[in-house]
Amino acid sequence: MPEKSRKVAPEVTRKTVVALAASASLALLATACTGQSSSGASDDASKDTTINFWHAWSAPNEVAAVKSLIAGFEKAHPNIHVNVVGNMTDDKINQALRTGGDKAPDVISSFTTNNVGKFCSSGALVDLNPFFKKDGIDPQTTFPKAMNEYTQFNGDRCTVPLLGDAYGLYYNKTEFKKAGITSPPKTWSEFEADAKKLTIPQGDTYKQLGFMPDYHGWETTTEHYFAQFSPTYFDKAGKSNLAKDPAFAAGFQLQKKLVDELGGFKKLETYRSTLGDEWGKKHPFHTGQVAMQLDGEWRLGMATEANPKLDIGVAPLPVPDDQASQYGKGYITGTIAGIAATSKKQNAAWEFVKYITTDTDAVVNFSNGIHNVPSTLAALKSPKLKYDPRFKTFLDIAANPNSTTSPASINGGSYLVTIQNLGYDYESGKVTNLKAGLESAAKQIDTDIAQAK
Amino acid sequence: MSTLTLASKRRPSALAAKQRKQALRTLAFMSPWLIGFAVFFAYPLISTVYFSFMHYDGFKAPTWSGTKNWTYVFEHYPYFWPALRNTLWLVVVMVTLRVVFGLGVGLLITKIKTGTGVFRTLFYLPYLAPPVAATMAFAFLLNPGTGPVNSILEKVGIPAPGWFNDPTWSKPALTLLALWGIGDLMVIFMAALLDVPQEQYEAAELDGASAWQRFRYVTLPNISPIVMFAVVTGVIQTMQYYTQPLIAGKVASGVIQGAGTQFEPGYPEKSTLTLPQLVYNLGFQRFDYGSACVVALVLFVLSMVFTAFLMRRRGGLNLAGD
Repeated sequence: MPEKSRKVAPEVTRKTVVALAASASLALLATACTGQSSSGASDDASKDTTINFWHAWSAPNEVAAVKSLIAGFEKAHPNIHVNVVGNMTDDKINQALRTGGDKAPDVISSFTTNNVGKFCSSGALVDLNPFFKKDGIDPQTTFPKAMNEYTQFNGDRCTVPLLGDAYGLYYNKTEFKKAGITSPPKTWSEFEADAKKLTIPQGDTYKQLGFMPDYHGWETTTEHYFAQFSPTYFDKAGKSNLAKDPAFAAGFQLQKKLVDELGGFKKLETYRSTLGDEWGKKHPFHTGQVAMQLDGEWRLGMATEANPKLDIGVAPLPVPDDQASQYGKGYITGTIAGIAATSKKQNAAWEFVKYITTDTDAVVNFSNGIHNVPSTLAALKSPKLKYDPRFKTFLDIAANPNSTTSPASINGGSYLVTIQNLGYDYESGKVTNLKAGLESAAKQIDTDIAQAK
Repeated sequence: MSTLTLASKRRPSALAAKQRKQALRTLAFMSPWLIGFAVFFAYPLISTVYFSFMHYDGFKAPTWSGTKNWTYVFEHYPYFWPALRNTLWLVVVMVTLRVVFGLGVGLLITKIKTGTGVFRTLFYLPYLAPPVAATMAFAFLLNPGTGPVNSILEKVGIPAPGWFNDPTWSKPALTLLALWGIGDLMVIFMAALLDVPQEQYEAAELDGASAWQRFRYVTLPNISPIVMFAVVTGVIQTMQYYTQPLIAGKVASGVIQGAGTQFEPGYPEKSTLTLPQLVYNLGFQRFDYGSACVVALVLFVLSMVFTAFLMRRRGGLNLAGD
């Protein structure tokens, strides 16, 4: 029997071992890395030409809206034809921006505003400031303040806002009436009281939860909470302000207080695991399992469609008690557009970008099709906007000069992830010394940024 | 004599030419593999080593950064060590259990007399399920609040774990998922078990060997190369474990990863984070290709070490007792 075994087992040499192990690891090493040509172009935008436009929209209504947008542009600029490629992921867009070529995009649109810092600092997208200047367009007076901020990095405006998202408070009006609440909360103190009133415990769980405060509660992320405290994420030297700006500590403490008062982290997390997902019809706000929800403007359409009987109220998120005068502000983000540095048709591309992002009618029509917030101040006030009256809340939040965003960073949204991780540890009780936690997280953010430079 | 001398002088050059021709022919036959090896292995490997010492964001030309990326990954990147620990845990626990379970199922199915086809199909089917769908199904089954598994456990009075929502239970839950999809190993082990010569079992029975002794001294020695194959491929697959922990973490956290959303590492509390996820995060979300290459090289070295160790321990796996 042992003899048989020796025959069965193959002879293995050192070389075979190395070759086998090395071959097996091949798949782990295929990180494609290519260079990028730094070609500039001085094309004539008045000549007949075709540009490539890559975007990320994919739903039928979205694709139809893009098609309509393009038709409007081609009518206004008959010499410039647009070849549209939709449903493009960030990875594909990034790869195409690196490689360039005839089939690569001249104009890109991305949902990931966090990549603006990298797009600008790397020169992957061209600085649009000279184009704006050439056409006498002032971005400061064209776009809402927060949208102006997230589309540039260190003075380099390599992207333009192309519709936006505004975050506010959704509330169940029926449950408000039952609880004797007459108006949506305007300060966090009022919010805490309302959330407790709306919470109906049932054994170890809830019949109804007033508000799901956990950072994993879909859109209740740190940056969405903190916008109500108007934080400054970085100082003038580009260092993290996390441990210095009291807005962050106040934001963390507010959320932690909500967690503790509404049942504690463990109970809330167990309840959360029983709830439907963010994009499905069984979202807890749709089903009435949660009475208030921090969310973006898209929730209105989704909630109405999922549960037409739900009496939905919409309001801005509350503000800290000492900032009551700023009630009406909120967190702003959105889709961005930019011109590829590899494009040899940048002037034609600019005509297209200018049209889709600054032409009031084009922006309004696109907003009507996509159901996002328009991204110019003029479009926000346009009478041609078609919307549910409750949607007006989000238009106002977008136009509010006190609304804030999370600024672009050279390494994408890494700093937001670091802050979010501190949030998880703080809400769960893993971190009890918030000051030390903030200092440690700030140090990590600075280290990560130094690594990216 | 002179003729002989001439012949002896000519012979080496003719032989050399023949050998050269032979060598060229061999090289020509080997060229597809050589080209493939150079393009798909040697070049990526050298590039990965090169970029691990460069600052490269994927857009601007790479610049020399010395050991900065290495220092960053090992000393400052907060996800590296948790990801490494998780990966090693999965390699040791999950691979071992998969091999043991696969062998066990294979043994059972080769022993049963009726319904073999049905059982083979039943055990093999889960392997065909796409990883994303299978993981989502498991996240539903193991949902701590609404999942049927916990409902049953609670009914019989067993404390219900948090599974994918609990850092202590998330990796065991992933292991359960891996055991559910054991079909690949079952088929391989079945083929090996059916190939064991029956006369060896008969001889062992005549010698009075017990069932355990027959398994230990007949079955295992015969199938030890297959066990080795299962372990080595299992280690390699686990080193590349990406989809299932990512999906499980995303589904359990309630945060869907997509355009415009943040990479949330290894929910809950980094417990499902694996090294391949870091390669993606560093390279494609942070645009830090240098550090991504460092993590890729760590994976490469780990795969080499594990595989070399297992191959050298072949005698240990060759449980013949020789």
